[in-house]
Amino acid sequence: MATYELTTPVSEEEIRKLRVNDIVYISGKVFTARDEAHERALNWFESNKQLPIQPKGLAVFHCGPIVRKKGEEWELVAAGPTTSTRMEMFEDKFLEAFQVRVVIGKGGMGARTAAAMKKVGAIYGAFTGGAAVLAANNVRKITDVAWLDLGMPEALWILEVERFGPLIVAIDATGENLFEQVKEGVEQRRQEIYQIAGLSKT
Amino acid sequence: MHATDLEDVIVNLLCLAVTDLPLDVNMALEEALRSESNPTGKNQLQAILENVRLARERSIPMCQDTGIQIFYVSVGSDFPLLGEIPQILTNAVRKGTQSIPLRPNTVNPVLHENPGDNTGINVPWINWKITEGSDLRITAFPKGGGSENVCKLGMLTPGQGLNGMKRFVIDSMIEAGAKPCPPTIVGIGIGGGADICMKLAKEQLLRPVGYRHSNPKIAKMENELIQALNKTGIGPMGLGGDTTVLDVHIGMAMRHPASFPVGLAVQCWAARRASATITRKGKVEYTSHKVK
Repeated sequence: MATYELTTPVSEEEIRKLRVNDIVYISGKVFTARDEAHERALNWFESNKQLPIQPKGLAVFHCGPIVRKKGEEWELVAAGPTTSTRMEMFEDKFLEAFQVRVVIGKGGMGARTAAAMKKVGAIYGAFTGGAAVLAANNVRKITDVAWLDLGMPEALWILEVERFGPLIVAIDATGENLFEQVKEGVEQRRQEIYQIAGLSKT
Repeated sequence: MHATDLEDVIVNLLCLAVTDLPLDVNMALEEALRSESNPTGKNQLQAILENVRLARERSIPMCQDTGIQIFYVSVGSDFPLLGEIPQILTNAVRKGTQSIPLRPNTVNPVLHENPGDNTGINVPWINWKITEGSDLRITAFPKGGGSENVCKLGMLTPGQGLNGMKRFVIDSMIEAGAKPCPPTIVGIGIGGGADICMKLAKEQLLRPVGYRHSNPKIAKMENELIQALNKTGIGPMGLGGDTTVLDVHIGMAMRHPASFPVGLAVQCWAARRASATITRKGKVEYTSHKVK
């Protein structure tokens, strides 16, 4: 369980050093994308349209923030992670298309994403769900926003972050998946769990 | 008491609910941090408590999902503004959305439109109890989507009974895993009917953490389920650990002889609720939080 500091754009080599349960803090450029932004990004990729940012080596954050406009500037109020499993249907293609190195979210992702992370050289960093103030606290500023037509939560917010974390490496570039390990542990204990609740074995 | 005074109290409650945890939940999280043996779980609980501290100090929402606006209203039939309460709550939600701020979270399920003010058809939702007297007791209960998405209805048979209920709860919470942002608070409603058990389940989330049911048989089941669910090892944020639930609360209603309905409601660690009692003359007492 080592602690690492990463600055975006992150190289593949740096990412491949990380292992499940390591703690990571990220500095540099991070962008938010939820369901609709993932879908649009992939559609644009297929039709050879340039994205509003250059995503290679960056971190994509599954997040629908609360923002407000102060004069000309956007102010980030709260920005915790959203449930990543909703993006499972897009993430493998997204990683391969854009070579994003870090996916930040909560709740974990599945086998398709883990396989793509192994192939591309990327990690999934779990940020504490709901910890929106802590997240916003590590965001220095909103540098830009694109796709605001998708609405505040779904837009692509481009953030400059400093020591953003702690992120727990929950999927590493060897394809290990901490959430799957936890689930396997639960299955091994299932009968014991029933017994504690006063239930007989099935 | 004027409608605008009551509106201000409701805005205060919304602000308290989303920016600071009730005392009982805060204490339970601190206790969980002390007892957690998994380093990753400990790290997550530390991040949660640090986040709560920052939210409280700066008076900003502890989670970006500030929920769907639900109120529990227990009101004496002699309370002067009884008939105006729905409009006052709607006004307060609109005002709070701007001033706190709250994330605009109401989406028309058919037209996909978001009015941007957290109100709309049937929202805010009000759970009413009309009582004798003239006091208004009100709880603001902004409910987040992540934990709501794992709530469940089990229309069990009487033969499955209480053991079936326990199995249903354990299996559902294992399936939910990391999704509802554990450590969670679990509410269970038994009996009534499909709608009634769900309503009871959610109402259990209002009970302070650490308080057992007054019926010893129910209290025993609550304890068994707390221990069983914490044995899963799902842990804080599903990353592994000893703390998967902070509490389990069970409520009940009489059932039909042919039915054994079980409702399961789940609350994330950001267990947002804030309560106050308001007298007919407008004296306000906040009961869930310390208010300066």
